Amino acid sequence: MDLLLAIITGILYASGIYMILRRSLVKLIIGLALLGNGVNLLIFMMGKLVKGGPPIIPESSKLLEGAFDDPVPQALILTAIVISFGLQSFAIVLIKRTYLVVKTDDLDEINTTDEFA
Amino acid sequence: MSPQFIIWPVIFPLLLSVLLLFTWAKVNLQRFISIAGSVVSVVLAVALFTYTRSEGVIAMQAGNWPAPFGITFVSDSLSSVLILLASLAGLAVSVFSSVGINSPRVRFGFYPVYHILLTGLNGAFLTGDIFNLYVWFEVIIICSFVLITLGGERKQLEGAVKYFTLNMLASVIFLTAIAIVYGLTGTLNMADLSLQIAKIENRFLVDIAALFFFVGFGIKAAVFPLYFWLPASYHTPPDAISAIFGGLLTKVGVYAYIRVFTLIFPADAFIREVLVVTAILTIASGALGALIQNNLRKVFSYLIVCHIGFMMAGLGLGTEQSFTGTVSYLIHDILVKTNIFLVSGLALAITGSLSLRDIGGLYKQHPWIALLMAIPLFSLVGVPPLSGFWPKISLFGAALDTQSYWVLGALIFGSLLTLFIIAKVWAALVWQNPSEKIEKGEVYGTFSGLPAGIRVRYVFPVALLALCSLYVGLGAEFIMDISTDVALLLKDPKPYIEAVLGPEQSLIP
Repeated sequence: MDLLLAIITGILYASGIYMILRRSLVKLIIGLALLGNGVNLLIFMMGKLVKGGPPIIPESSKLLEGAFDDPVPQALILTAIVISFGLQSFAIVLIKRTYLVVKTDDLDEINTTDEFA
Repeated sequence: MSPQFIIWPVIFPLLLSVLLLFTWAKVNLQRFISIAGSVVSVVLAVALFTYTRSEGVIAMQAGNWPAPFGITFVSDSLSSVLILLASLAGLAVSVFSSVGINSPRVRFGFYPVYHILLTGLNGAFLTGDIFNLYVWFEVIIICSFVLITLGGERKQLEGAVKYFTLNMLASVIFLTAIAIVYGLTGTLNMADLSLQIAKIENRFLVDIAALFFFVGFGIKAAVFPLYFWLPASYHTPPDAISAIFGGLLTKVGVYAYIRVFTLIFPADAFIREVLVVTAILTIASGALGALIQNNLRKVFSYLIVCHIGFMMAGLGLGTEQSFTGTVSYLIHDILVKTNIFLVSGLALAITGSLSLRDIGGLYKQHPWIALLMAIPLFSLVGVPPLSGFWPKISLFGAALDTQSYWVLGALIFGSLLTLFIIAKVWAALVWQNPSEKIEKGEVYGTFSGLPAGIRVRYVFPVALLALCSLYVGLGAEFIMDISTDVALLLKDPKPYIEAVLGPEQSLIP
């Protein structure tokens, strides 16, 4: 399972970076979303995967015993997902406005702010 | 005062922006509340500063969860001085935006977003938890995205696309670094990380994690190969917004650098070398970039990049004296960089242009304002006894002591070119005859025709920050005293770790 997740994370990072390097605005956003998912999976794996061991203390005991899942990475991912949801919805509105105003989705043509005044 | 007090500089601006949401449609009321609230923020920041100065490092455990398990807020000398500076810059920009931001922008929620941005800044300075730092970074960038696009002009949207992409990429890289560090140590508390990272045998993996942090913060702080988004976007929004961006946003990146590379990954020879080389290239490329620009705000944008290099160099040299230089440069830079963008706003209001070819005649028109502008402009160069001079003494001394002649050369090169650029800006803005385009246009001279109340609100913020930077220059003994305090704590973070984890040190065996 670990190996599979590691490979998926790698693919998500690679395809995210590939999409960012394209010249289209839409592909840029897709690339950023893929990268965001890749990093979420990476955090998930960092918590040592345990199958069927929820971090809940049984009533009879005062301590967690045996192998249990680390809850911190899951809390981190939840936060990261919410944040990236907000940012991505902003991004979609931004590219729509930009497309309507600049009338192109070619990133190489969105460069008037770099020209000499 | 109890340790719970240190959370107030974060909570207060948040409450203020909630209040501002209720006055959404009333433009003038929002302006008044924003200025009044900013004054209260300054008072809170001064209280925090004196409290921290008398007590040393103060740690607050959120929800009373003991240290490595909950989220910790820590106020040490570095955090408290940065919060004080941020609140001063916040007040100046708040006053300036009451005239520099037009009513439609205010009706689309400029003020609530602006105060949440300040909340995010204070939170980032205070937090003692690396993931919480990421969350505050996100609060800051989402607010800055709104501010940079507010108004929806073509150039703003074009700048925003670059600004958005690079900042979001930086967040992803930062989060990757956090994931690796969590995998290595199983903790997120910065004080605890400091102890756990030191125990790890596999230094290669630690260096990889450090490099991820380096790149993530490097994009935010705008260092050499990663700064191209900054000059492409910082000149597009109105001056008040550029001022808070130029003065504080890149400095949060520098703050994160200082925190992470002294507390968590201290004094590793490899990282130090990376820092120094990046610093030299940042200084050179920033200064050369500023040299060829003709738009006043673009010149200042490149100068931000150049001077980030100065602080990085001090951090990379890694001696106590160089840390003193970095911290005092940071203090000087926040005040002056905010101010020069306000100066460019004032120049735009007076002459109606920002092109160095067109503007001019400021001395003939408003000799006193010209004289006032001289303070921030020449502080930036570091003409003694103005504020930029003293940090440079420390930085030059540290470079000489460690025999880093490349760094010394870059510092001198950066200073000389800054002098040349500011002299050019000064000659164009103040002495040159304005071009015919401006003489004929109706914009020229509207400033004198404005009501006195509005003119005061244009000049007051510049004067306030100029006064602060004059104090930093003339009262240098006190500032150097603070900076030395901070440098000692950076060099040996033991008091910080003890304040957070308690004297028995790490709870995780």
